[in-house]
Amino acid sequence: MSAKEVKVYSTPTCPYCKMAKKFLEDNGIEYQHLDVAEDKAAREEMISKSGQMGVPVIDIDGEIMVGFDQTKLKEKLGI
Amino acid sequence: MYELIIIGAGPAGMTAAVYAARKRINALLLSKDLGGQPLTTVGIENYMGYQYIEGPELMQKFEEQVKQFPLEQRIGQGASSLSRLDAGFEVGTDQGESYRAKAVIIATGKRPRPLNVPGEERLRGRGVTYCAICDGPIFAGEKVAVIGGGNSALEAAGDMVKIAEHVHLVSITPLTGDQILIDNLKDASNLSTFLEHEVVEVEGSSRVEGIAIRDLKTGEGKKLEVGGIFVEIGLIPNSELVRDIVKLNEVGEIEVNYACETGVPGLFAAGDVTDVPEKQIVIAAGEGSKAALRAHKYLQRL
Repeated sequence: MSAKEVKVYSTPTCPYCKMAKKFLEDNGIEYQHLDVAEDKAAREEMISKSGQMGVPVIDIDGEIMVGFDQTKLKEKLGI
Repeated sequence: MYELIIIGAGPAGMTAAVYAARKRINALLLSKDLGGQPLTTVGIENYMGYQYIEGPELMQKFEEQVKQFPLEQRIGQGASSLSRLDAGFEVGTDQGESYRAKAVIIATGKRPRPLNVPGEERLRGRGVTYCAICDGPIFAGEKVAVIGGGNSALEAAGDMVKIAEHVHLVSITPLTGDQILIDNLKDASNLSTFLEHEVVEVEGSSRVEGIAIRDLKTGEGKKLEVGGIFVEIGLIPNSELVRDIVKLNEVGEIEVNYACETGVPGLFAAGDVTDVPEKQIVIAAGEGSKAALRAHKYLQRL
């Protein structure tokens, strides 16, 4: 199975973002991190992809998840 | 069938889990998430043993402590129903599973109180947020409104005046938070305060575009153009699960006695979901330990 492309849109202060990133790291999943507090383009991208303005947003091969839901995340990542 | 199911994994639930595991109770820890309310608390200076620690870090330590013990966990599953059996309880989850146990500890905590006004639910996540610390930076450079007059609202306003174009602080009461937080806002030139005003409606088609507020004294209405709303008007207990089985007080908290007993044999409650006065991490943790020890005594007598 080829590795899935994972992007995490987050803010530096958001605890659920930290938990999501730590979860990915603990499971050896590589991801691209986008700080929507600093990066305005990433913010707009996140809003248009997810249709909402809450973080974290996780993009797994184009599938969008809002929030940190460990069960769903495992399912989507196949781990 | 388990001996005990602990519902909720904040300070009360995780402490109950450690105590239950040390008593070798065959227990299940069931929770939508791990960590509870401290996850959105930045600095903690009154949890003994730590002079200063951030909420998520403290909860990480709680989690590590739980993991030291052989205890079953289902994290990511919220309890959606609880019913009494002839001997024990059945807990249904939002993932369609169900679990049975002789005893249950409810440690489901509290969640942010909604405004309950038109437009709020529809625009939730589209400019309406209940986690200023999470989503605040997304509204950098925009006009925003913070709703509430307590510490959480004042902290949110204090953070937002630094990055937003303008902050409207709207409270139905005079400001009730700590004086130090009120003083912090004194010099902000981009802050307007509407005390004794209520929010009537959240407006916008696909995103928040503004709010309608009303002066409680004069009845005069006003519209504020904002792109984001931070709702910080307190918390409500997650007690729906047992509202038909146990007694709730006037604010919906589960009434418990000194021993975390609800009045239903085998059903205990601990932490912020209960009517125990003062909502503090150290108190919730203490209550969680007490509930597990009482549950242990209850199970021994069966």
